[in-house]
Amino acid sequence: MLQGINLACVRGDRELFRDINFSVEAGCLMQVSGPNGSGKTSLLRMLCGLSNPAAGEIRWCNTPVRSLEGEYFSDMTYIGHLSGTKDDLTVSENLRISSALAGVEISFSQAAEALAFIGLGGRDNLPVKVLSQGQRRRVALARLLVCKTTLWILDEPLVALDVAAVQLIKEVLERHLQQNGIVVMTTHQEIDITASSKMQLHLA
Amino acid sequence: MFIWIIKRDLLLAVRRQSDVLITLFFFIIVVSLFPLSVGPEMNLLRTMAPGVVWVAALLASMLSLGRMFSNDYLDGTLEQMLLSPQSLSILVLGKAFAHWIVSGVPLVLMAPVLGIQYDLPFDALLVLTGALLLGTPVLSLIGAIGAALTLGLRGGGVLVSLLVLPLYIPILIFGAGAVEANMAGIAFDAHLSLIGAFLLASLVFAPWAAAASLRVSLE
Amino acid sequence: MAINWFKYSSPASFYTLAGKMIPIFVIAAVIFLVAGLYIGFFVAPTDFQQGEAYRIIFIHVPAAWMSMFLYVVMAFWAAIGLAFNTRLSSMFATAIAPTGAMFTFLALWTGALWGKPMWGTWWVWDARLTSELILFFLYIGFMSLQAAIDDPRRADKAGAIIAIVGVVNIPIIYFSVQWWNTLHQGASVSINQAPAMASTMLTGMLVMVLASWMYSIAVILKRVRVIILERESHSAWVTELQKKGAV
Repeated sequence: MLQGINLACVRGDRELFRDINFSVEAGCLMQVSGPNGSGKTSLLRMLCGLSNPAAGEIRWCNTPVRSLEGEYFSDMTYIGHLSGTKDDLTVSENLRISSALAGVEISFSQAAEALAFIGLGGRDNLPVKVLSQGQRRRVALARLLVCKTTLWILDEPLVALDVAAVQLIKEVLERHLQQNGIVVMTTHQEIDITASSKMQLHLA
Repeated sequence: MFIWIIKRDLLLAVRRQSDVLITLFFFIIVVSLFPLSVGPEMNLLRTMAPGVVWVAALLASMLSLGRMFSNDYLDGTLEQMLLSPQSLSILVLGKAFAHWIVSGVPLVLMAPVLGIQYDLPFDALLVLTGALLLGTPVLSLIGAIGAALTLGLRGGGVLVSLLVLPLYIPILIFGAGAVEANMAGIAFDAHLSLIGAFLLASLVFAPWAAAASLRVSLE
Repeated sequence: MAINWFKYSSPASFYTLAGKMIPIFVIAAVIFLVAGLYIGFFVAPTDFQQGEAYRIIFIHVPAAWMSMFLYVVMAFWAAIGLAFNTRLSSMFATAIAPTGAMFTFLALWTGALWGKPMWGTWWVWDARLTSELILFFLYIGFMSLQAAIDDPRRADKAGAIIAIVGVVNIPIIYFSVQWWNTLHQGASVSINQAPAMASTMLTGMLVMVLASWMYSIAVILKRVRVIILERESHSAWVTELQKKGAV
């Protein structure tokens, strides 16, 4: 469903990678690996449509992503390095607003349910600025529970999470893959996710 | 979506009221500095008043432009907005509208009080407020383009003034002109109609240009 | 004879082409400049109203025309670069800006020099002068925005947007300033009704316009060459040039 054809990325004068080809089908997990500065984040930003590849093309369901625009965005969730949470808003306001931005409006009780699942139960009405790094990460990841998208693009989703949270995210990802979702992610941590098909994309 | 963005930005402004107050006090201080620099001669002040209030409004509105996108840019919310299935132009329109409510409307409400300091007649106060009411949204809309272009740049705050102030000139001319015309006893409705025309034109084009700028800045 | 224009849209081949074209335009610029100045200072008659001081128009008018024209050309190339992602057009826009700003400054400066003997003051808030000043601000804005952005691709695109916004606004700004000026008319002298010009004056001015054209093209081509070298400094063909000692 998601295809990358001859992708290349240039940062400044330097070419990070070129001729990257892959094709990911439903229910497949693609892990992008490589040393620091090899272009993992750049690749993910290209895949989600934030930047354009210097060469090549990205296709979703055989149509170039550039011509899909909004249609593609409603099939895709991207969680990047930045958590996208507002310090001055409460945990549940943050979740409700970020889901609304993604096109899914949820009620306070739905938000509370998702937050309880991700381990933030009872903290719904705290402003995000009092939370720890790991808890903020959880707020960002709670979006995965309420969105109904097929393709998840996750940049280092496990950073700052404790063991219990990593286990929780692992379960969420596995469930998504079982339901024919697609996950493209980078991580430096060893994590063993069971999926019907798995791919490794190594950037040198 | 439009509503969500406005609600969110207003909520954030309520949680950080100091930002709103700073803009307002900046406006008041700038207007109050003029009598101190040119002397308390009332006739002189009365003729200067429309221009002074408008220039101060321009500067105050510009001062708060930096905040329009930069906080969202730093914490990653802007990325999410760009990846939203809804049109980015609508979203920018929402943000510009929220910016106007937070930084434009207080100026409009404050202007008559400052006009009294300059001994403006009652009619002129009304025209001044009306012109500001029509003109300040244009400042937010055009400013959105500048704010989007200078996102994340070194010295972006100074740069945005360089980019945006020349584009504010027509609004300044007709905004201050309306009040002057009224004080001179000439019809002022043409001025207001022109500001209205600018408002409509910028409602159509500015969100689109600002959305394109955001995509460029985040690439 | 069919010329393959697209061949020259690649920076590498354009670099060589521009190298060959620059001397031609430099020579043309010098010839027109000498001819124009000769007509302006020795052939054109003394104006019965303004005396010798009017002769500054041989620099002032071409500079003012070029300043406005170059902004439109700059916005045009920037827009082409934005729409079709052609690098060379964006480089052209970047290269035009300093020359345009220089002509704007020249027009303002010579305008002030002309104003002193004519109106007895260096500066009047005349509609044309004011618009020219605002045009100068627009050029400065474009250049500072591009200078503040490190990534050349982002600089090209951001510059293009502000140039397009500027070009849409120029007529609005011009008419509002003109209108503002008529409202406040009083102290300043109207320069709208210029007396009919002697034909040698007109010839001299047109030759000077041609000289400015040739100069602009030569300087802009040179600047584009420098920008190409800077941006392509890591590519194979530039390294080869360096080996040959051609750069």
